[in-house]
Amino acid sequence: MEITRRSFIKSAAVNSAVAAAAMLFPGISFGAAKDGDLESGKIQWKKTPCRFCGTGCGLLVGVSGNRAVAVKGDPNSPVNKGLCCVKGYHSIQALYGKDRLQKAQVRQNGKLVDVPLKDALDLVAQKLKETVEKHGKNSVSIYGSGQWTIPDGYAASKLFKGCIGTNNVEANARLCMASAVTGFATSFGLDEPMGCYDDIDHADVFVTWGNNMAEMHPVLFSRMLANRKRKTHVKIIDFATRLTRTSQAADKSIIFKPQTDLAVANAVCYEIIRNNWVNTGFVNSHVSFHKGLAEIGYGTKDHFEFQDKPETVDFEKFKAFLQDYTPEKVEKISGVPAKDIKYLAALYGDPDKKVTSFWCMGMNQHTRGTWINNLVYNIHLLTGKISSPGNSPFSLTGQPSACGTVREVGTLTNRLPHGVVMNEADRKHAAEIWQVPVANIDPKPTYHTVEMFRALDRGDIRFMWIQVTNPMVTMPNLKRYRDGALKEDRFIVVSDVYPTPTTDVADVILPAAMWIEREGFYGNSERRTQHFEQIVPPPGEAMCDTWQLIEVARRLGFEKQFPWPRETYIGEIWNEYSKFHNSPKHRMASYQVLKERSGVQWPFVDGKETKWRYNPKYDPAAAKDKDFDFYGCPDNKAWIWLRPYEPAAESPDTEYPFWLNTGRVIEHWHTGSMTRRIPILHSAVPSAYVELHPDDAEALGVVNGDKVKITSRRGSIVMTASINGRGMPPRGMVFVPFFDENYLINEVTLDAFCPISKQPDYKKCAVKLERVS
Amino acid sequence: MPIFSYLAYPAAGAKETLLGDLRRLKYCEVMPADNEDLLILVTDTPDEAAEALLQQKIKKLSSLQSLSMAFGHADLQTDHVKKG
Ligand code: SF4
Repeated sequence: MEITRRSFIKSAAVNSAVAAAAMLFPGISFGAAKDGDLESGKIQWKKTPCRFCGTGCGLLVGVSGNRAVAVKGDPNSPVNKGLCCVKGYHSIQALYGKDRLQKAQVRQNGKLVDVPLKDALDLVAQKLKETVEKHGKNSVSIYGSGQWTIPDGYAASKLFKGCIGTNNVEANARLCMASAVTGFATSFGLDEPMGCYDDIDHADVFVTWGNNMAEMHPVLFSRMLANRKRKTHVKIIDFATRLTRTSQAADKSIIFKPQTDLAVANAVCYEIIRNNWVNTGFVNSHVSFHKGLAEIGYGTKDHFEFQDKPETVDFEKFKAFLQDYTPEKVEKISGVPAKDIKYLAALYGDPDKKVTSFWCMGMNQHTRGTWINNLVYNIHLLTGKISSPGNSPFSLTGQPSACGTVREVGTLTNRLPHGVVMNEADRKHAAEIWQVPVANIDPKPTYHTVEMFRALDRGDIRFMWIQVTNPMVTMPNLKRYRDGALKEDRFIVVSDVYPTPTTDVADVILPAAMWIEREGFYGNSERRTQHFEQIVPPPGEAMCDTWQLIEVARRLGFEKQFPWPRETYIGEIWNEYSKFHNSPKHRMASYQVLKERSGVQWPFVDGKETKWRYNPKYDPAAAKDKDFDFYGCPDNKAWIWLRPYEPAAESPDTEYPFWLNTGRVIEHWHTGSMTRRIPILHSAVPSAYVELHPDDAEALGVVNGDKVKITSRRGSIVMTASINGRGMPPRGMVFVPFFDENYLINEVTLDAFCPISKQPDYKKCAVKLERVS
Repeated sequence: MPIFSYLAYPAAGAKETLLGDLRRLKYCEVMPADNEDLLILVTDTPDEAAEALLQQKIKKLSSLQSLSMAFGHADLQTDHVKKG
């Protein structure tokens, strides 16, 4: 057995190296590389989507006995066609960390003690009930994740919104995707991309907007490189605030000052109009023009509210609005040379070039996140480069099921699995499927994520159940929210797979089954739903998050709403959930089809997937007598928005002269609670660091490896300096990855958010630096 | 049982020399790319001491420009991941 396991690992090592080489050198071939023992039939291969990012690569997991022993890319998955990144290849090792949570724990006299899982579930149900009785239904909440499977999110929404009757349901995707959602909703009336990853194979030009794809979406990035290798005219333009591995591979890197992407996007539109590159036929038929409020605030105070007031305008108003955004004026704001702005505009404006724009956190974690999403759509709409192969404004997701679970199931305070709580017809539809009185579903949204944690701090929320996420590392302005969670008379339940700073504040810890230790579905960035079966058993008493919710729901008396037997509940939940999306605009594949295939894209109608929405050649919901049909908005048009440049919530000044930018590295997934337990990923990047520009380092007297104190108006942290490392910020900016719980950079960040999406901006606040001797 | 795989970049014009140098080292398996100046190196050593020794020998090769790790399995301890 040892020899066999060793040869499995060796084969995985070879496969991993081949994949890494293929990313750097598309088309590279190794005649000697064979799958060897992995093909010997001694292990069974089962398909699953990758546990980690929103790319949603298909994996094949090799199982021997009860253990996952090997991983390879699923050649049947159209996403990655057999390729994986370093996280995917090592993903199964995250199942086997030495400190996996295997038993439930309950805090007694300040200490967490092991208890039978059944007793812990009893306590959760009892506390939930007592809190509702004492403080009202809006004093209890659930906070989940874009790593929730679809059934987890569905069960949570049904229990809290449908049965208990509170809209206190949020997920960490609010911190990563909310601006994408409101961007889609305001520009197209419906969420999620019109295009798909096949755009990568068709485009002539790629513009990455604040998006380090080489590290964050490496498999998609390698598809881009492969396209460029095949067709030598293909160009990759990196439009960013710091130099990264993406910049190294790009044909051109354009660096802009934080927040000024708003101005540059408007300047690109200005140039497109000035040069008569507007696709007039497309614009006249398919676009309408709209204006919203300006100076909309930043949400840094409790109870902040904002409601936009859209006003319909016309092309001439749009043109006049853009007069403030000539390339020369915008050069002064953004630091981007006017000639580079003109170059970008010429790429978008060239009728013979297919252009795909990619973005992720850079545009979404932005106090004007909705606006910048709108503005990139404006460029694609003005030129008609949308909804056709290779022409695609493409908002990438970070998490494996941010789309599937949070956006499609609607696990946000204002949403339902179909529609919104404010809409009576949507509430009726949900109540009918959920078999609850319609009056149970509150028509008023309650708290978005930041406000939910503020409510916990204030005492408006007393009970919070946190599943599959680690907010005590990820909340901005973290100290306030950790102190709030630790206050007297707060009850925190955490379902997770490893101890984290969030389990540190828990009153009850429920050990969770992870990924392929249970059955589930994820939904990736390109509207692809992916099923995975239970492949290995969970350790100890670890239990699937969905089943934890069902156990608690039944203890609260909701047996009728949660009737499914344990053998079949995931399939039955899928069948019930699918009723919410039973129209050609969003029909989903059946349970059986999803079990058979390596993911299926919705709308899935008459056995066919939809690759490009709003285009009748591909989309069954689009009117056949038109060339495009933007059926999401009431006027059947896509909306161009007049959105101005406005500064960040907090900018550097004399006291705090640096921008702080935070993000990720390829080796680690989010807060590192899984990847830091994978030995090789941990040893590759064992701890967080602060990247500085070499000139700033010199001015501060700092060399590589020195300690630097980073201080904002909210907190400070001491970290090791990295100069000329894998990324390089411009002068006046530092970058810190957030994967390391030993360096809680979010004690320094600011909890300002986009007033429309309520998504915080983790990319911009002001700090000062000191060398620590 | 440390097992690692690397992308090995040869010094200019030294792909064949590097292939020979690595093949001569114990615990090393090498696969040259057919169409690029790149090799895949897989090391499979019995323990950490042998691994460290091998690393030293590899680093001394003048035919090698740089190594970039692609995969590793070492049964390393990560208990220190959780603070406190
Ligand atoms: S790119 Fe994302 S989904 Fe694909 S293997 Fe890597 S982490 Fe997994």
